[in-house]
Order: sequence, then structure tokens, then C-alpha cells
Amino acid sequence: MLLIPCPWCGPRPQTDFTYGGDGTVVRPAEDAPQAAWADFVFVRDNPMGPHRELWHHSAGCRRWLVVERDTVTHDITGSFKPGEVPS
Amino acid sequence: MTTQSFRNAEGGLIDRATPLDFTFDGKAFQGFAGDTLASALVANGVRLVGRSFKYHRPRGLIGAGVEDPCGLVRLGAGDRAEPNTRATLTELFAGLTADSQNRWPSLKWDASALTGLAGRLFPAGFYYKTFISPQVLWPTYEKIIRAMAGMGTCPEGPDPDVYDDRFAHADLLVVGAGPAGLAAALAAGRLGQRVILAEQDMRLGGDLLAANRSIDGRPALDWVADTVAELEALPDVTLLPRTTVFGYHDHNLLAAVERVTDHLPHAPAGLPRQRHWKIRAGRVVLATGAIERPLVFADNDRPGVMLASAARAYVNRWAARPGTRAVVVTNNDDGYRSALDLQAGGIEIAALLDTRPEGGGALAQMARDAGLSPRHGMAVARALGGHAVTGAEITALSGGGATETVDCDLIAVSGGWAPTLHLHSQARGKATYDESLTAFVPTDPKQAHESVGAAAGDLTLAGALAAGSRAGGDDTLAPPADDHPAAPIQALWQVPKPPSGKGKRFVDIQDDVTAEDVALAHREGYESVEHLKRYTTLGMGTDQGKTSNVNGLAIMAGLRGQTIPAVGTTTFRPPFTPVTMGTFAGREAGHHFAPIRRTPLHARHDALGAVFQTAGLWLRARYYPLEGETMAEAVAREASHVRRIGGMVDVSTLGKIDIQGPDAADLLNRFYVNGFKALPVGKCRYGLMLREDGIVLDDGTTTRIGDTHYYMTTTTANAVTVMRNLELYLQVHWPDLDVSVASVSDQWAGVALAGPRARDLLARVADIDVSNDAFPFLAYREGAVAGIPARLFRISYSGELAYEIHVPSDFAPALWDALLEHGADLDIRPYGTEAMSTLRIEKGHMVIGTEIDGRTTADDLGMGRMVSTKKPFIGHVLKDRPGLTEGGRKQLVGLVPVDKRTPIPETCQIVKPGVVTGRDPVPIEGHVTAGTFSPSVGHPIALALVKDGRARLGETLHAVSPTTRVRVPVTVTSPVFVDPEGERLHA
Ligand SMILES: [Zn+2]
Repeated sequence: MLLIPCPWCGPRPQTDFTYGGDGTVVRPAEDAPQAAWADFVFVRDNPMGPHRELWHHSAGCRRWLVVERDTVTHDITGSFKPGEVPS
Repeated sequence: MTTQSFRNAEGGLIDRATPLDFTFDGKAFQGFAGDTLASALVANGVRLVGRSFKYHRPRGLIGAGVEDPCGLVRLGAGDRAEPNTRATLTELFAGLTADSQNRWPSLKWDASALTGLAGRLFPAGFYYKTFISPQVLWPTYEKIIRAMAGMGTCPEGPDPDVYDDRFAHADLLVVGAGPAGLAAALAAGRLGQRVILAEQDMRLGGDLLAANRSIDGRPALDWVADTVAELEALPDVTLLPRTTVFGYHDHNLLAAVERVTDHLPHAPAGLPRQRHWKIRAGRVVLATGAIERPLVFADNDRPGVMLASAARAYVNRWAARPGTRAVVVTNNDDGYRSALDLQAGGIEIAALLDTRPEGGGALAQMARDAGLSPRHGMAVARALGGHAVTGAEITALSGGGATETVDCDLIAVSGGWAPTLHLHSQARGKATYDESLTAFVPTDPKQAHESVGAAAGDLTLAGALAAGSRAGGDDTLAPPADDHPAAPIQALWQVPKPPSGKGKRFVDIQDDVTAEDVALAHREGYESVEHLKRYTTLGMGTDQGKTSNVNGLAIMAGLRGQTIPAVGTTTFRPPFTPVTMGTFAGREAGHHFAPIRRTPLHARHDALGAVFQTAGLWLRARYYPLEGETMAEAVAREASHVRRIGGMVDVSTLGKIDIQGPDAADLLNRFYVNGFKALPVGKCRYGLMLREDGIVLDDGTTTRIGDTHYYMTTTTANAVTVMRNLELYLQVHWPDLDVSVASVSDQWAGVALAGPRARDLLARVADIDVSNDAFPFLAYREGAVAGIPARLFRISYSGELAYEIHVPSDFAPALWDALLEHGADLDIRPYGTEAMSTLRIEKGHMVIGTEIDGRTTADDLGMGRMVSTKKPFIGHVLKDRPGLTEGGRKQLVGLVPVDKRTPIPETCQIVKPGVVTGRDPVPIEGHVTAGTFSPSVGHPIALALVKDGRARLGETLHAVSPTTRVRVPVTVTSPVFVDPEGERLHA
């Protein structure tokens, strides 16, 4: 079970959270072409190594956060408030 | 009662003043407090403890602790029986009953072993080749194999014991309370750290409990006693004996099982049998020691062949002699220590064999001083005897294979020590082969842990004490100990077969894997250690190859002509030792398997005799049967009553979300496919939500209760999902929207009042004008109902004139009572979810899971006209993707049986009339989503999703279920069976 640092609450066990999918995809503009929307909804990288993903502190502060997790080692190297994710 | 004729009169950590009676295979024995079942059996001279997995060969104790592969027994009786329990880990208590396994009719005379049948059935890879063809016979073979091979049998009934969970945090978790672990805990404890020290044994001390050692010039057990006393006095140190750390998981979370009452004849009330600890540790010190390896020679599984360290443990710790006359064979210096201890314990050493041509170091000299005569370059080639060892064929390893026979009843073997690196390996640490140790040592830890002492490959006592102290945070604590310089170990992976060629040379004694099986796997191409493991089952038993792993892969390395590091080792996975299922279940068993959600009206339904139904975690009132009524009768009566007169139903399980803020209208407009910007205050609107991929997610109503204040309801099933989505979009995708959302599902309860007399009742209890003009369809009002502040909605799920009354949850029972009381003379009665379902099917209303099934679009469900073309909303782009817009999609329709009589079961597929279902796939036209008897139209009806269904009204199709042999000719109709114009709704 992971120990996830919530930017608002501090480190909390994984059972507090709900996984929310790839945190790198960006919702397209409403008038973007269908292909861009298909990419957003259906196309995902499958990286081996560091990856940013969305988590929801569903049994805690109810905030969404972006967690940087290594998909091989499960090491968590950062967690960010949405909108404050470094590029 | 047999006497303990193999018990020494003095010595050992047993309490001779507390004798304990127990039975093994129905025979009565006696041991002492401090015994394990294994040591008590040894003290009573019991050699034969079980039959083996595949060959049903007689087996005895090989180890004295966690490493023992063979002493597996069924403990206890009835529903408390536990199969495959290690005798070496079972603390003796008065009244213990144990039985041997894998034997029929008796342990001594086993039919499978006598016929030799087992030997012919189970070569390496037997699962993969013996029974491959013909495949139809496999079920027959499987039954025979399951009965013959395999381990003990499970108890039949539910587990009557109670298990607990416990979470803990520690600065430092120390696993293992041997010298290294005790030193680590002491050092950290003195520094004021929160320390948990877990030890699988009943006593703290580890290997020191079973050894004649000294620390700082005093007996080592004195040092243990002093250290434990100091640790017990430290307030932030938790000592957990009888606790096995069995799993090392991510981010330093370790799982342990504490055997709280297993060792007590009667568990005190209030205590669980076992406790499942989940420990999050800042740092972990793995002081898990090392396990001695056996030597591979012919018939090395005969009862009486034992690890030298186990033999000395029985003698030292339990004053129990595992034999009277021993042959000791070793490839390293530690074997001499065992020989000395056995001799001191009263066992005659018939021969002391050192496989190394040059012999041993300082300990060898001590053995000679004690009158022993080590013979160099010699090994045991074969154990003699059947149910017990009667002698040993010994041979010179360099010679031409000539053997001599030595009479003995114990063969104590030492093949060197392998660090117990299982937890290190579980935590993704590497295992590196150490030539000087001929074993794998833990390297490259990936989490915050450190292996110390024998677990790290340092077999000296002083080294263990120093490393433990250092790991605990103090490098000044390092008492001297009685270590002796050792001669190098010899890598000896198998002793050649004796000239007679007789005997099986076991590598994995628990799984009956021999050196010949390893060679067979190699010949057949299963060379990788992972293939070897799976093909031969080497190391796959309940002991996970604790004594066999290195020998097996070393033999494979030899066959491949490669080094051991080149061949590598397999990965260890949790659990370190088997854990009973009850421990994982904890309290979450039976009734407590999942939480139960009850509505605020639960007790009212119960009092009315409701039959309940689970809906997710909810318990909902399904129907309220009258005396002697079947469910179908009750449901038809309730549904009909609503249409004719009126009824009330608990809708408190709906998701309810409070939405406030200047941008609230904008948010709703983006979530629903239909427009919400123009919704005036005091009005409700039905809305439909899609997912981004264009598929329908949920439906419900949202009401504008103030200028910037909305009240949303969702389906019961999607309450969590919709709330989560609102938060996601507001926090991640549209942070510029100024809106707050809060789930108020638990704060508000709801009752729907439906039917022709609904208004009459509401007029009696509400303080607002409920006339059709003042409170029309889709209007919202606030007022008091029976004096209770309430939110009133003129909405209908049944298709009748209906209202939903929402009140703060605590007032729900009072509301319910008032409606029942004032509605009595109007004959308004409660109805359950089943009648609600009938009413909605009659109206063609859809629900989550059947019509909204994660595959249907708004158009499929006949809601295409609701979808706005004037605004963006979630799913607005991908709802138009080709797969969702081309023809041939299944559309929501109604079905009526052609005979107007036969029910249409919900499991049916729909085919064209001429299609014969059977073995071959047939074209499917659709499927039934919901079916019921409709009291309003007087015959069974159903909803279905049918290809291009709206264009097929009037067509005859067949609803079929080949598995239940149902075939119903049906006519395709509109999904709305009752009041298609909605006149009742607006009445
Ligand atoms: Zn949080």
C-alpha cells in the first residue's frame, strides 16, 4: 500500500485515495476536432518509470492532486495541487 | 501415556513442573511448557510425523523452526481444524490434538506408498505431460491427483474464531529477536525511538535460545534476559513475540501476524485468535538470521535425517534427544559445533564426517579435544532404514565409491547457512551470490531497510551484535562473543549416488523434488530457474524452498556448466510463512464483509414487515407482503394500488448534491446534455449526463432553489461517481468556475408520494397551496409538511401525479408516520422498490445497469431530442463519433409476449423467429433489459435493446435463453406502455 503525500493533508495511506487516471493528458478545447478528443479519452502512454497521475483524496479532503510515481519502483517523487504542477 | 524417554533430566528452556498432555494421531503423549509440538514429539521418540506430498514416503522432522519442510500436521478438530500446520512452530498446550497428513489408512501403512503407485504417477512436470491427452479424462485424473497429492484437508464449516486488524507506526521496525535484532532494538530504544520488535518465536533470543554461546564472558541467555528486561521497561518499545512479519510491501508497509491465543488451551473472552498487523515503519532492520541447508544424498528424507542445527536445537533448548547414536556430516565449521552440542547432550557421535579434504578450523580442534575423530573428505552417500534411520552408508568423496556402513539412528547434516533474505527480496532488494558463504546475500536495498547479522551473511555472534547496534543507531554497543576462526566452506551441492544406485536424492523434500528431477528438467529444456521452479515445483511448497532453493539452482548451474550467479535465483513473494485466511479477512467476514447502509426509514420498513433487498451497499425495502402473499402477488398489488389510489416509497438512497456559486448554472449547463441556464428559481428539470466518450453516464433532476443555489439528485448507483466528477472538473479542468459542491446525500431523506390521491394527502399535511395551478408539474416549493421543514418537488418516476418530499434525515421517520397517519383513510400505502420497478418499466423509464449499461447513447435510449446542439457539454464531441452514430445500434423498445401470457425473463437474448440456438453462434438482434408483469395492461411486458428497434415496431421476434430453455415469441412495441401522453403526470 502506497503512502501518498497529499499537498493539503500530508502523507496518507493509499486506501484514503481513489486513482483518477493519467495526469498528463489535457482536456481539449471544446471546439477541438474529434481526433483530439479521441486522443484525450482513449490514447494513453504506458511509460516505464516516472509518471504523473491524478489521484482523488476521496476519503480525506476531497481534493484532486497530481502524483509523480515511478511505475516500476512505486517511488513517489512529488505531489502537486492541480495548476501548480511544474512542467 | 508414554514417558518422555528421549528427554534429558536437566537443561533446556522448558518447565518440567508444568507437564502438558497432548495427542498425536490419537495417541496420548506428554510434554512440558516451553515445548513445541515438534520438540515434544522428539522427547517422546516419535520419528515418523507425516507422509510426503507425491510419493507418500515416510517423513520425520528435518528442522526445528520455520525452515522445517515436513512436519506438517492437521491441528485441532472440527471447524477449528487447521491443516498444514508446522509442528516446529506450534507451541504445545494442554489438550492439543494433532494428526498426520497424506496417509491412508494409517501413517505407518500407507496404501499409495506400498503400491508404488505414487512414484509412477509423478515425474517432474507430471501435470504438463502425463495427463495432457485425452483432455476429456483430465477431470478424472484431477480427482485422483487431488486426493493423493496435495496437502491436508480443509475444515468444512465456517471458521468459528475471531481475527483482528491493527495498524501501527514505528520509527524502527526490527524483524527478528536474535542477537542482532535485540541489539538493534536496544540501541534504538535507548535513543528514545518508537520501536517495534517482532519475533516469530514464543521467546525472544533467536538462535541464542538453541546455542551454547557466551557474550561478554557470560552465558548468552543472561545477555538475552537483561536485554529483554531493559526493552520491556522502555515506554516506546513494543515487543511482539509469536509475531511473524510475512510481507514487505511498498513504502515500508509491513504485514505481520500475531498468534494471540493459539498457544492457549482456551482463548480468554475478548481476545482474537490472531491479529493482522499492518506496520508503517520509518526504517526496518531485518535481523531474520540464516537457515541451514541440508546435503543432497540418497534417501536423505528418511526420518532421522535432520539438519545439524535442528538436532542441536532440540538438545539445547528442549533437552530432547532426536536420537541416541548420530552420524554428523558437514561441509563447514558450524557442523562441529553441532557435533559438540549433541555429544554434550548425551548423544553418541558414531561418526563425524567433514566433506572438506583439509577439514575444519578452530572448532574442529575443539571437537578433537572433546574426543571426537573427524574424518576428512567423507560424506554420507545414503541413509538406510524405512520408517526411521537405522544406519548410514558413508563414502570418501575422492575415492572410487566404496562405502562402509555405520549404524546410527540420527544423521545430522550441515550444508552451510543461507541468509533469510525473503523480506529483503520482497522489498525488491537484490540477492548476490557470495562465494565465501556459498549462499546469496542481500544487497542493494530499495526501501529504507537494512539487513544485519546472519541475515546479511555475517555468521559471527560478535558481528551480529555489532551490526545490530549500529543499525539501531549506536556503534559503541558491541560486546565481545565466543567466535572462532573458521576454515572455508566447501561448495558441495550433491553427493554422488552410491554404487548400488539405490535411493532418491531429494533437493526439495516438501515437494518431493529430487536431483534427478532437476536433471530431467534440464534435459527437457527447462533451464531457467523460473522454469525449473514451475516445471518441477521446486520451492513451490508451503515452505517456499527455504532449505532447497540454493541446492536446486546450484545443481542446475552445474548441469548448465555455469556459475551460480549466472543462473540467478527466484524472487521471494509474500507470505514468508503461510497465513490462515481468517487473518486476512479479520473482522470483515460474514455480516461484516461489507458495510451496510440503511436509510433513515429502515426501522419503519422493518416494522411494516418489509422484505429487504441489497442495492450496492444499501438495504432497501423491496416489498411489503401481506400474509400468505407471494412476492409476485405483493408487487403486482402494490404497483396497481399506486396507479389506482396512491402509494409512498422511500427514495432516500438517491444521490443529493448541493451546488452553490455564481457559476453554478454554467457548471450544470456543461454537465447535462440539455440546457440549464434558463431554469428559473422554483423549477426542477430532468437532466441527462454523458461521459466524455459520448456514452450515457447518469440521469436525475436538478432544482434551482435560489438564484445561485441548486439541488441535484443522481441515481443511487452513481451518487459517488457524479460527485467525484463534479469535483474533478471544478478542481482540474475548469478551476475558473466559481462554484462549490457538497454531497448532502446523508443529510436529506426523501419520500415519493404517487398516485391519483397524492395531492389529497399532501393538501392535508403541507402548509403550501398544492393545487395544480399553484404547484404544477416540475415545480419546486419549500414549506412545512406535518410541521417539518421540507423541500417539495412535483416530479414523477412512476408516471402518476407525484411529489417528492425531502426532509432533513432525522425528521424522516416523523414525515413517514404523518403520511401514513393522514393517508390512512385515503388508503395510501407504502410500496417497495420492486413495485417502483414495475411502474417504471410500464413507463419505459430507464435505470442504471440495465438500460444505462455503459454502452448506450442518448439516442439509443430514445432521448436524442433532449441533446442540445447549441452548447458544449461533457461528451458533446465524441457522442458524434462514427461508432455511435451509424445504423444498426440497439435501441430501447418494449416487448409484449405474442400470447399475452408468457413472462419474458430478463436474461433473454433476442433472435429472429427462424433462428435455432444451440452449439453455433447465431445472429443476435438484441437483449431483454427488464421484464415484469404489468397490472395496468394485464399481461407480462419487457424493455429491450433491439437493433434498429424503433423501426421495427410490430415485428415478431423471439426472446430466448438457451441455458434455461426459454423461448418466448414477442412483439416489438413502444417502450411506454402506460399513459404515453403523460396526462396522469400533469393531472
Ligand atoms: Zn488531502
